[in-house]
Amino acid sequence: MSRHVVAAVGEIAPGTCKIVTVKGREIGVFFVNGMYFALINRCPHEGAALCRGRLFAAMEADRPGQYRLARHGEMLRCPWHGWEFDIRTGQSWCEPDGVKARTYNVSVEPGETLAKGPFVAETVPVSVEHDYVVVEV
Amino acid sequence: MTVTVLERNADLGSQTLLGYVDCDVHLYPRNGGADFDPFLSERWRQHRRTIGGRSRQALSGTAAYPRMSPEVGMRVDAWPPAGGVPGSDLDFVRAQLLDAFGAAYGVILPLVGRCSDERNLEFGAAMSRAVNEWQASHWCDREPRLKASVQIPLEYQEAAIGEIERRAGDRRFVQVQIPPRGLEPLGRRRYWPILEACAANGFPIALHLGGTSGHPSTGGGWPSFYHEEHHSYVQSMEALVTSLVVEGVFERIPALRVVLVEGGFAWLPALSWRLDKHFRRLCNEVPHLKRLPSEYIREHVWVTTQPIEEPERPADLLATIEWIGWDRVMFSTDYPHWDQDDPRHAFKVKLPEHGRRRIFRDNAVAFYGLE
Repeated sequence: MSRHVVAAVGEIAPGTCKIVTVKGREIGVFFVNGMYFALINRCPHEGAALCRGRLFAAMEADRPGQYRLARHGEMLRCPWHGWEFDIRTGQSWCEPDGVKARTYNVSVEPGETLAKGPFVAETVPVSVEHDYVVVEV
Repeated sequence: MTVTVLERNADLGSQTLLGYVDCDVHLYPRNGGADFDPFLSERWRQHRRTIGGRSRQALSGTAAYPRMSPEVGMRVDAWPPAGGVPGSDLDFVRAQLLDAFGAAYGVILPLVGRCSDERNLEFGAAMSRAVNEWQASHWCDREPRLKASVQIPLEYQEAAIGEIERRAGDRRFVQVQIPPRGLEPLGRRRYWPILEACAANGFPIALHLGGTSGHPSTGGGWPSFYHEEHHSYVQSMEALVTSLVVEGVFERIPALRVVLVEGGFAWLPALSWRLDKHFRRLCNEVPHLKRLPSEYIREHVWVTTQPIEEPERPADLLATIEWIGWDRVMFSTDYPHWDQDDPRHAFKVKLPEHGRRRIFRDNAVAFYGLE
């Protein structure tokens, strides 16, 4: 495991995603509801670029005819077959026990800390005044 | 319930594809119906602009079951960077489909023009001819890997046969496309002259889901949900295969070959078993059948893979294909639709070498007479 600086705070607009390549893996870093989440850019079903899908709310129903939206913007829908994944855990909505998209730990670190290392920041220039998004891969 | 997903089967993606044939590709006009104008006479150009199509459903021009992605269920990442709808930009179709995995051929099944079920028969004939010209000149001439499907107005026999004969011998066209939802089951005698023309001119027929018949899409009435409707494609295919067999079409037209596109295939062995069982009891009613129904199916019917069945135990798919015949299953993607299959990952089970070659390439090359 190593920690990689992938974006400056403020760079990823709310409800959007930045796709980065870390250790040869494409990873989508999302900024949703004030928090950062990272998932592998590869759908476990048929390999589509998962993070190019759209974010939705979870649609829940306790019984037929009763619907409610929950957890706005936290479900990622694959651009191909529409499989939905929980952006926090990578769990599939329809097969939570069997199918999972890989997720990565994300944190926000002040530039001051990052300057001391041992972080990898090949592509994002780090200055001590700013905060940065760090993914653990 | 166990679900097999990519990460547990990383080696499946490396199954070599060997210049595969994609038996279901959908291409679209960039500018809507106006792209067919060069192939229509002024009389029908005016008609298209001022009156338009009339299918056998309310709200002509809409989908009976709207999809959850724009433009009637397109793959969200298939919108061309240069603009236009998915499947309308040749360079992007090459990049995302043909070149991406080294396809040898892609067979176009146009779902545009509503040629077959147009209620104005003359307009349906004009649109059939226009969509055929459009496929040939706009797609096949620019990209020889693309092959076209002859559009016909199914309820206008004379024009349908004329269109089949017009394309006979033109190697840009490899089959005649008929939507499974017609006014009557396809085995009825009113369709025999058209089916005979297909066989006589060397064209197999492709039944790709579609068509507006006005009948409920299931035997039990109209479905409420798209999820429910999607499964009813299987029922349409079952009804047509049964009709073709029981009406005696394959006795009458021994050279007729049929491919079922996008209707699944795991149901086909079970249908064959049931038809055989009942034939043994009811053969007096259909003395024109000289063989078991399953034998006609085995000889005359091919299937394409997408949207492929994903059984709980992935290896069960191998037994299913064994029952149908390794020489009768052909790979298809359904690009650029939302439920398309990726050639690297469609099969959740490793295919035996002989089967993989046949499904991805050899069966379609033989079926369409490619190369």
